[in-house]
Amino acid sequence: MLVIGYGNPGRMDDGLGPAFAARIAAAQLPGIEASQDYQLTVEHALALAGTDVVVFADAAIGASAPFEFGPLQPAEDGDLSSHSLSPAGLLSLCRTVFGVVPDAHVMAISGVAFGDVAEGLSPQAAQNLDRAVAFFTRWVAGCRVRATVEG
Amino acid sequence: MGEPRLIEISPVTRVEGHGKVTIHLNGNNEVDEARLHIVEFRGFERFIRGRLLWEVPVIVQRLCGICPVSHHLAAAKAMDVIIGVDELPPTAEKMRRLMHYGQVMQSHVLHFFHLAAPDLLFGFGAPAEQRNIFEVLKEQPELGRRAILMRKFGQDIIEATAGKKIHGTGAVPGGINRNLPIERRDAFLGVIDEMEEWADAALALARDYTLQHAMLVEGFASFPSNYMSLVRKTDGALDLYHGDLRAVTAAGMPIFDRLDYSRYHDVLVEDVRSWSYMKFPFIKDLGPASGWYRVGPLARMDTVDFIGTPKANAARNELMAVTKGAPNNSILVNHWARMIEVLHCIEMIRDLLHDPDLQGTELRATGERREEGVGVIEAPRGNLIHHYCVDERDQVTYCNLIVSTTHNNEGMNKAVKDVAVQHLSGQAQITEGMLNHVEVAIRAYDPCLSCATHALGQMPLQVELFDAAGGLLDRRSSAT
Repeated sequence: MLVIGYGNPGRMDDGLGPAFAARIAAAQLPGIEASQDYQLTVEHALALAGTDVVVFADAAIGASAPFEFGPLQPAEDGDLSSHSLSPAGLLSLCRTVFGVVPDAHVMAISGVAFGDVAEGLSPQAAQNLDRAVAFFTRWVAGCRVRATVEG
Repeated sequence: MGEPRLIEISPVTRVEGHGKVTIHLNGNNEVDEARLHIVEFRGFERFIRGRLLWEVPVIVQRLCGICPVSHHLAAAKAMDVIIGVDELPPTAEKMRRLMHYGQVMQSHVLHFFHLAAPDLLFGFGAPAEQRNIFEVLKEQPELGRRAILMRKFGQDIIEATAGKKIHGTGAVPGGINRNLPIERRDAFLGVIDEMEEWADAALALARDYTLQHAMLVEGFASFPSNYMSLVRKTDGALDLYHGDLRAVTAAGMPIFDRLDYSRYHDVLVEDVRSWSYMKFPFIKDLGPASGWYRVGPLARMDTVDFIGTPKANAARNELMAVTKGAPNNSILVNHWARMIEVLHCIEMIRDLLHDPDLQGTELRATGERREEGVGVIEAPRGNLIHHYCVDERDQVTYCNLIVSTTHNNEGMNKAVKDVAVQHLSGQAQITEGMLNHVEVAIRAYDPCLSCATHALGQMPLQVELFDAAGGLLDRRSSAT
């Protein structure tokens, strides 16, 4: 499983994605590789082509819940730039160019402070991050149990 | 006569960062004024004050996730001066150059294949649902695969020289903090032939497009201007990493030459206008009306005497032959120039990989401390100036940045106006394809408008129409 946390840690809560990936990497969960990046770019399609499950972690603006986690399908979202390539668009790119697409999920963590050039999360975002990490750890454990039973 | 209208395109799609185009129509549906508004975060120059000189080359990369290496190197070059180093150890300079060539090639590849290709392959007026990279890839998946692997090659070089693909730490004041291990060198050499072959093919694609659409290219937002870039100190060749400043007129006549870039403020003035956050630089001796200039790949082709690598030089000669050696003023030729630079970068990377200095162990130099330093580099999008003052406690007290997009500000605005007049005036209906013509003109400059947040929930493209009194006549959102 590959976790890609992306965002700009220099714009406060926009760094929620990288912060999530850092926490997952630090937890050293077996079979999970976590990477941080500034944004999703086309070459991420190569990494996607080489994994069976991918989780995209990003900050969310205006979300009602502390975090939202759900499955994601490839979608040609029309536009592509190096700043705005979406997870669904990246999946579609991977499928089109490499002919494969992993199971994908999005972890959207709610942030509230994006305006300033400053490092560090707002207290609310930090709290939301804790809850997202706790949920994800349980979810991964659940996946393993299911995989064992099914196996 | 109808009511005057204001058209807004916000944000501009497929450019780096966010901008807004406003087109003011008079009552006859004629373009009265067109402007590109840019929400560039100038506050960074203040934010950097107080930071220690040693951390500046790392921090400034926060300016941009697309060309962080350019900011990293420009800041490092300025800090070299401040710590009294005028000449780096060969290993340090060559590692930095390798990093830079990797950065420029991967940036150009992304722009050409993924941002500009939909416009070039399907036409500027094609329906939005067709004019995107996914449709390009359906028709030419091999093109997309090559683009991704070329990007990866460039990113891997950045990672090998800077430590990380994004926000690396390789360049330090006075040098570099690593050399290139043999195994990394050999891995790059193992694919360099393939990279060159693909670069040749991409160059042919860009050249053929330009030549086969000569009338469109020559008529699309083409206008004369001055041009500026670094040129190699010794012979006026293209040098993306270091050199002197040179500016030429639209006729190719020198405005200034062999100018030590630490004296940039002797020849350039940054003008401000009330409606834009971004400054409008101009050449002091020529004044704001005629002293504006352009930078970037085509400007570099127009400014240098030659390119020091054989295949890229031959390609430049072919490009310059179109205008019989005079500067080429057609912004769409930037795509061709970009692919010439990709080939040049690959030729330079090959040469560097064969140079044993990359495995040298003398990585840093020291000197006598100074208070002020300027670092200039030719970034993918054009000339980039970093200027700092540092106090006795090593803290930054002054910072001035002139980024490539700022240099090109006047040129982009003129391009927007030119295209708007040509394609929008007198039209009863403003179509999405026509509006995209305006965006094509902006995209040709490959502008990096700002590094805004990009969290989930961002709004898509919006087009809004206002009447003369500011009332909203219409609003249209698109999936693009």
